[in-house]
Amino acid sequence: MTILGFMIPLSLGMGLVALAAFFWSMRSGQYEDMDGAANRILIDEDSAR
Amino acid sequence: MNAITPPPMVPPTVPVPTQPTVDSRFTVPGIHCAGCIGKIERGLALVPGVASARVNLSAKRVAVSHAATLDGDALIEEIRKLGFEAERAADNPLARDDAETKRLIRALAVAGFGMMNVMLFSVSIWSGTDAVTRGMFHWISALIGIPVVAYSGRPFFASAWMALKYRRTNMDVPISIGVILATAMSLYETLTGGEHAYFDGAVMLLFFLLAGRTLDAMMRGRARSGIAALLGRMGRGAQVLGEDSTARYVEAEKVRPGMVMLVAAGEALAADGEIVEGRTTVDASMLTGESDPRPAVPGDLIHAGMINLGDPVRVRVTAAAQDTALADIARLMDEAGQSRSRYVRVADRAARLYAPAVHTLAFLSFCGWMLAGAGVYKALTIATAVLIITCPCALGLAVPAAQVVAAGALMRRGLLIKDGSALERLAEADEVLLDKTGTLTLGEPRPITLAMLGPRSRAIALGLAQASRHPLSRGLARALREEGVEPAAIEGISEQAGSGMTGRCDGAEVALLRSMVDSAALSADLLIDGTRTRIAFADPLRPDVRETIAALHWQALPVAIASGDRVEAVGAVARQLGLFATAAMRPADKLALLERRAAVGHKVLMVGDGLNDGPALAGAHVSIAPGGASDVSQQAADAVFVGERLMPVATAVRVARATMRVVRQNFATAVIYNVLAVPLAIMGYVTPLVAALAMSGSSLLVVGNSLRLARAAGKD
Repeated sequence: MTILGFMIPLSLGMGLVALAAFFWSMRSGQYEDMDGAANRILIDEDSAR
Repeated sequence: MNAITPPPMVPPTVPVPTQPTVDSRFTVPGIHCAGCIGKIERGLALVPGVASARVNLSAKRVAVSHAATLDGDALIEEIRKLGFEAERAADNPLARDDAETKRLIRALAVAGFGMMNVMLFSVSIWSGTDAVTRGMFHWISALIGIPVVAYSGRPFFASAWMALKYRRTNMDVPISIGVILATAMSLYETLTGGEHAYFDGAVMLLFFLLAGRTLDAMMRGRARSGIAALLGRMGRGAQVLGEDSTARYVEAEKVRPGMVMLVAAGEALAADGEIVEGRTTVDASMLTGESDPRPAVPGDLIHAGMINLGDPVRVRVTAAAQDTALADIARLMDEAGQSRSRYVRVADRAARLYAPAVHTLAFLSFCGWMLAGAGVYKALTIATAVLIITCPCALGLAVPAAQVVAAGALMRRGLLIKDGSALERLAEADEVLLDKTGTLTLGEPRPITLAMLGPRSRAIALGLAQASRHPLSRGLARALREEGVEPAAIEGISEQAGSGMTGRCDGAEVALLRSMVDSAALSADLLIDGTRTRIAFADPLRPDVRETIAALHWQALPVAIASGDRVEAVGAVARQLGLFATAAMRPADKLALLERRAAVGHKVLMVGDGLNDGPALAGAHVSIAPGGASDVSQQAADAVFVGERLMPVATAVRVARATMRVVRQNFATAVIYNVLAVPLAIMGYVTPLVAALAMSGSSLLVVGNSLRLARAAGKD
């Protein structure tokens, strides 16, 4: 059962990392323009330069 | 751009020394694809003085970071050169709503994290663990669960506290009591090494309920940003002439009496004033509902909200901001809007019945078990189980899930619903009152007929018309494009304000000029090699008015017209459509009519666009405005439809009624579930496992039922 002492903190830690990543992505405005992000990949960079 | 020429050895990639930049935001409704993003961002980046431009496709906005020397009008002109109409964006009026949504999303994320991790331990406990491991798992669950409940439960606790403070009750009261009691009981169980802890139940409850709230908030946010993109076309400011006769842009609130405004063709007036120079035609339809434009000459008084259809004029401001004719309408609207805040939403009405019933039931089971001699601990455990089982998990999801699906489906069909309460009130409407100008009609001048133009003339007319922003040119260009006309290539095209467009096409002199005949009726002359063709304009009915009225009748909604226009103009339309009509109504008259109908128990759906409809839109049981409506009307209305078709109005009522049917089904599901589960809880058979299964099961059922609406809304 000692494995639990390792696994439980690990699983909680991974969960927390995911939560922190979500908070960070929200704060840095990655959900501000969902349609724009989907469309931007279609912009042809070559024609610009 | 710099006065100093850089030394030749400096590579050309070195950027211009950075000047202090300012950020401006513009609404550009025409952005719809990757091509538009690329065009605007690259195009603006080439403009001297622009540091960077970033397009937000969802909000249809452009954020430009530019040198302070470059002003908003110059940037709007640059965007126009790229082929897009732009307007100054108002200072983010939606920021508060956004912050609210973000708080909910954060609470939802935390609840989701807590639910998954606590469930991990709960499943192990349910699978059977010895007392020591169970105790440890309960402790870990408590460590995760209690902070999560404290963080994610705040929206509910705050709202419940507000309700209790004013001695009312809402859905959040039973939720808060249930969650807090369950958490406290579980903590006690953990401390005493007991068998059942409800941390998973409490956190899961919060997760499902927050999902409902977040959906509701996101629906509101999406509709509002859609409407914000439509706003801002009307007299938000004016070009004011300075001492040295240079024009500068002044916000509407800062316009003062005595200033001289330069009002271009197609612009709305920002303040009341007297014409000092120029002759023109003004469209007062937004202000009074009158459909016929009237001529205005020096000395005439024209009002804020009127649109200049003819030539540019200079207007000396006589009244600004709070003293304009518009301000009276605004005051009427404030008063009218107060009646609507009395509406109680379906979920809260249900809570009024539900909350006392649930609390009585839990209290009675506590008393019952005490009388049966079970002891305080056992009785309290069972009372908690009753509260958790009856917690309106499905109810909390039932309403927002159905409304979000319906609002999403309506949005795809061109109708933006502001919130769930609007859908509920729309379903209750039993009468429709339509404005005429701008609602039954398009509210824009269109050519009466194009029959006198041959294919070549049409191509030339489009080539000339599409280069101008004049309302007549725009109407002509639109009508021609709808006919599938390809524009002819016009060389040396030039626009002379007050006169028209001139150019050359295949060697022939062509022009689109203001009509030689000086009459109030709108018309323009197309000149091709000396041949003059007169094109007359009028404000036509929307293409599907008859179908929409038939569809509304079919839904047992009688339709009537209430217009501010002259009796003759309204009578003609009313006879044509076979509707009862009232004409020459002032804003206060419309409001009074609505109050009379409400007094005899009717719930009126008001559809209107003008400033004069504002009070009626705010005072009606529910209201819809077209996308071309004035800003105030769009803000007062519960929903806004875009495009030329009127049918979204009928569709909205149909979908709203279907939504309420689904909401009632969802309520029925919740009641049936309670009837089955509550006896079990009272008997003391409900363990945390049963509670978890029952909660997630009923929530899935409700969400699944709501998703059916997407299909129901799809068919006509």
